[in-house]
Amino acid sequence: MSHGSGERGTTRLRAAPRGASGRVLVLVAHPAMHRSRVNRVLASSILGIEGVTVHDLYDAYPDFDIDVKREQALLLAHPIIVWQHPFYWYSTPAILKEWQDLVLEFGWAYGPGGHALNGKTFLSAITTGGPDTAYQPGGYNRFTIRQLLAPIEQSMHLCGIRTLPPFVVHGSHRLTDADIEHSAVGYRRVIEALRDGRLDPDRLDGPSLAAATLTDSILAPGA
Amino acid sequence: MDSLFVQAFVYLAAALVVVPIAKRLGLGSVLGYLLAGLLIGPWGLHLVGAEGGQDVMHFAEFGVVMMLFLVGLELDPATLWRLRGPILGLGGLQVLGTATVVAGIALALGLPWQQAVALGLILAMSSTAIALQSLAEKGLMKSDAGQKSFAVLLFQDIAVIPMLAVFPLLATVTVAGGGEGEGHGASFVDHLPAWQHGAVVLGAISAVVGAGRFLVRPAMRAVAQTGLREMFTAAALLLVIGVTLLMSLVGLSPALGTFLAGVVLANSEYRHELESDIEPFKGLLLGLFFIAVGASIDFGLLLDGPVKIVGLLVGVIGVKIGLLLALGRAFGARRDQGAILAVALCQVGEFAFVLFSFAGQSGVLPDDIIRPMVAVTALSMAASPLLLAVNERFVLPRLVTVKAETRESDVEDEHNPVIVAGYGRFGQIAGRFLRANGIGVTGVDVDSELMDVLGKFGQKVFYGDASRLDLLRAAGAGTAKVLIVAVDQHAKAMEIVHTARKHFPHLTILARARGRTEAYELIDAGVEEVYRETFDTSLRVGADALRALGVHAYVALRGARTFRRYDEQSVRELAALRNDQAKLVSTARERVSALSTALQADLRGAHGFGDHAWDSETIREGLGLVPPSEASAAPEPAHEPDATTEA
Repeated sequence: MSHGSGERGTTRLRAAPRGASGRVLVLVAHPAMHRSRVNRVLASSILGIEGVTVHDLYDAYPDFDIDVKREQALLLAHPIIVWQHPFYWYSTPAILKEWQDLVLEFGWAYGPGGHALNGKTFLSAITTGGPDTAYQPGGYNRFTIRQLLAPIEQSMHLCGIRTLPPFVVHGSHRLTDADIEHSAVGYRRVIEALRDGRLDPDRLDGPSLAAATLTDSILAPGA
Repeated sequence: MDSLFVQAFVYLAAALVVVPIAKRLGLGSVLGYLLAGLLIGPWGLHLVGAEGGQDVMHFAEFGVVMMLFLVGLELDPATLWRLRGPILGLGGLQVLGTATVVAGIALALGLPWQQAVALGLILAMSSTAIALQSLAEKGLMKSDAGQKSFAVLLFQDIAVIPMLAVFPLLATVTVAGGGEGEGHGASFVDHLPAWQHGAVVLGAISAVVGAGRFLVRPAMRAVAQTGLREMFTAAALLLVIGVTLLMSLVGLSPALGTFLAGVVLANSEYRHELESDIEPFKGLLLGLFFIAVGASIDFGLLLDGPVKIVGLLVGVIGVKIGLLLALGRAFGARRDQGAILAVALCQVGEFAFVLFSFAGQSGVLPDDIIRPMVAVTALSMAASPLLLAVNERFVLPRLVTVKAETRESDVEDEHNPVIVAGYGRFGQIAGRFLRANGIGVTGVDVDSELMDVLGKFGQKVFYGDASRLDLLRAAGAGTAKVLIVAVDQHAKAMEIVHTARKHFPHLTILARARGRTEAYELIDAGVEEVYRETFDTSLRVGADALRALGVHAYVALRGARTFRRYDEQSVRELAALRNDQAKLVSTARERVSALSTALQADLRGAHGFGDHAWDSETIREGLGLVPPSEASAAPEPAHEPDATTEA
């Protein structure tokens, strides 16, 4: 279970309690959450939801001293894994790289006998400074988000984890409070749909999973 | 034999019943003992008679002797030399001044000048037992007031000797039994001419110093080699009793002699051993002494002439306080330190009992003066712990730089989220860090000198004892979120924690602990975070030492982190077991060996605690490129007993 509920937006993000379990594990990584405009609101919007464990990595390991056993236990206790973070240098904040290096162990997550995570589902929930138009061939950033996320997608693939199209909030610097709130509502819908198994992975193959595109078309039939 | 056991039972039971209650009520142990004495004395349950009380008191005075020995052990010669100014100046003026004022009043009341002088000298004495015990209990011995009190008391101890010599010259009353006194007065040197007397005294002092320097160490070493703990205790007692006998023999104060012996041994390696051996005897004897004083208070006199006795009591205490306040100021004490000094020494001391009885025997004072004055002496001893408590609670807060009134309102306005109890070298760093981050901090400390220094740097700290509920409340514990307990006395820290836990359960408590044992107790008391005060620093030293040996910095850092995580976890686990000694030891051994196995594996380059990702060797083995090595095949470290590890 995730943390006790609090008022939205004011609740401080925290490390998940030891032994937490549920359907969705959201690993939040933002080194300065108090300065974040978007990530804080996104994370707050899913705090306290039934079946969703929110785990602030920078709160759990302020000195990067990651407790591997604890992280592996959290992974085993949730079928769906979400990374929520700003898109720093087309990648994750440093602690998520450290997390990968340490937690996804050879012989456990991959390699001979490394099947612990087989069959799980992975979602990147990221915020970018640039607008969506920048992330395309010929654009400022030349590649799509999904292309830039290829190393992560491949890492997950190596661990037998299926990667969904990323949930992206673009142009975070220019968003109004209302825009952010709108994104947060969409984010919550995505997380809830994931939790309830209403997202149909087979219908999801787009470049990204923006809130606006989260229509009934991608919900599993009959859900 | 039976009656001895009955007496012992009565005294011990009274102490065990009354002292904890008094302590709980914040009255201090001294007052508790005195009240216990009242309870069992002739005016209470009458379990001991007035005579019996007197006998016990004479015996228990030995506790004062032991206390002076312990004080001496804490005071090396260099420190003592530094105190020579206060001892002679402040001490001398206190005795002379009090004697002069009291004698003047006595003269005005129509006493002959001889009696007036004797009375003045006797009443100038203060109680070493009560003053030092009370100051030590409040942690004030090292403060300015504590040092000054000590200096005055030491001078008084020295002054007793010439007083005993002078008294027979002041005789105005003819005594039936003749002038030969008992106790302090009787010694074989009295019959010697002055120069021989002096030589014998000097010889005795040299003997104590010489023996302390050259004899005690080898003797102690020999005793230590027997490996028998009780031999050490016997040796320590023998030392103190021997010095006492020698001093009595040459007519010096035994307290002074043992003090000297203590000073000589202050730098020896057996200091702590001696301290811990003598300490319990001292504590019990002093307690016994206080009980005896309480039992000997003559309420008959008080009931016969309450106005007279109370008047005398107030007069004596008033004169002593007034004079000490003036002297304290003249010797550079700040106002609050001066107040502590004055109140700590305002009673008439145990030497007065001796001097009164000597004065009676040598015909200096008539019985109708001695009897009420003995009652006043006992009452003043009973009153002084109360006065100290009143002083601490009501007077000191007004004298300290930050005034009590403004404090209340300030705290109310500030609504600081953090309270730091104990703003010394530990609490200060936490407080400064928080303030640097714009967090309001309410600092509380009992050291008013510190407060002044901090005040100069713009750091506001409030005066007060944070274990008191009203003070915690005034400091804003009701609205604060975090309480940092950073006092260095563990007992005080526990009191603060208990008070805070009980009355402000919403506070997150972070507490400083001296070591493991203290940490266990704090965890037991429900403290969320416990910090052993030297743990982080010494761990850093260890990690740096690894680096100096050529270990890569990051490996050393990670080793230190792992060590710390395991150690802190083990403190928490062991805290739960601390009352089960056998289990505690075996679990502690297990933890130590597990940790050591893991750390060594880490250093050998094998994965100790989950560095698999950085260890390409494991992958090579996994892919069958190399045979599995011994190190990487190491099982779960936590279950791996390692015979080579020291527990």
